[in-house]
Amino acid sequence: MVEAGPFLLYLLVMAGVTYLVRMVPMVLIKKKIKNTFVRSFLYYVPYAVLSVMTIPAIFFSTSYLISAICGFLVALVLSYFNRSLLVVAASACGTVLVVELLIKLIV
Amino acid sequence: MREQNNFMAGIKDGFPICLGYLSVAFAFGITAVNSGLDIWQAVLISMLNVTSAGQLAGVPIIVGGGTLLELGATQLIINLRYALMSVSLSQKFGKSVRLVDKFLVSFVNTDEVFAVSSSKGMDVGRKYMYGITLTPFIGWTLGTLLGAVAGNILPAIVISALGIAIYAMFVAIVTPVARKERPVLLCSLFAIALSCVFNFIPFLSKHISSGFIIIICTIVASVVFALVAPLPPEQEKEVDIDG
Repeated sequence: MVEAGPFLLYLLVMAGVTYLVRMVPMVLIKKKIKNTFVRSFLYYVPYAVLSVMTIPAIFFSTSYLISAICGFLVALVLSYFNRSLLVVAASACGTVLVVELLIKLIV
Repeated sequence: MREQNNFMAGIKDGFPICLGYLSVAFAFGITAVNSGLDIWQAVLISMLNVTSAGQLAGVPIIVGGGTLLELGATQLIINLRYALMSVSLSQKFGKSVRLVDKFLVSFVNTDEVFAVSSSKGMDVGRKYMYGITLTPFIGWTLGTLLGAVAGNILPAIVISALGIAIYAMFVAIVTPVARKERPVLLCSLFAIALSCVFNFIPFLSKHISSGFIIIICTIVASVVFALVAPLPPEQEKEVDIDG
């Protein structure tokens, strides 16, 4: 149990920092950036950051390494063929579920 | 440049993110309540932060009675990537986006909202941005509430399966672009290689927090590819009347 008073103080700091990090750069930068290096850098950021956040973390996101690998491969193949975010996410979850059920049956 | 500024188009693009968030936030709700937070506390954290990694890192600090400085610094480091994304997204905004819109939209500038709206082939307008932030926000809040209330009922195997949802979404965002754009593919692979180095070499993973690893790898990979594979210069159609 965390008392309401201290909790709200924590919440204020947590939410405040998170909001400022998002808001300040968006509000301060008003013009279109012309510099090719900066534009190129910003173009690559989303793909780099999502790649870094996904691998290796995805392999430890479920109860078993093998079920995560199967889920990852299914997500990779489906998204290669341009399936929607929802279809990819649901199929990966379904794959993990099936693989882990099989593991439970066999072991 | 053309501008996508349809509210319903934003709602529609935000919908898969919303469903993905339902499952991820569900997992967060379970974790938060199991850690000792009340249901309302878990929901409030989600409504005011709207960030998976930051919240997951914040809960143990709050429950464990950590200092405010520790909490603030952790959030700053883990969420610093949003600063990069906000700069990047600000470049995609069309003329309809006003200052007040930026104050509101930046509040829900998550990885996925950013990735989807910045992968649009045209500028994005204020109504579109309100749509694409609203559905994920609802999903994130609702998912947390459901997880906090009903989490203990679900079998562990279902929770395990939901754990992969957010990462599968990341894969679905990067892969189609990497398939079309060779530099994006190479940049992604390079970033992954860096990430593995930092995560699997014990000395590095022990001394550098996960938030910092994300920042370092992202900046290095993006700088390298901005240098070796820069974008073509932007075509200016308007006559420059400032000069």
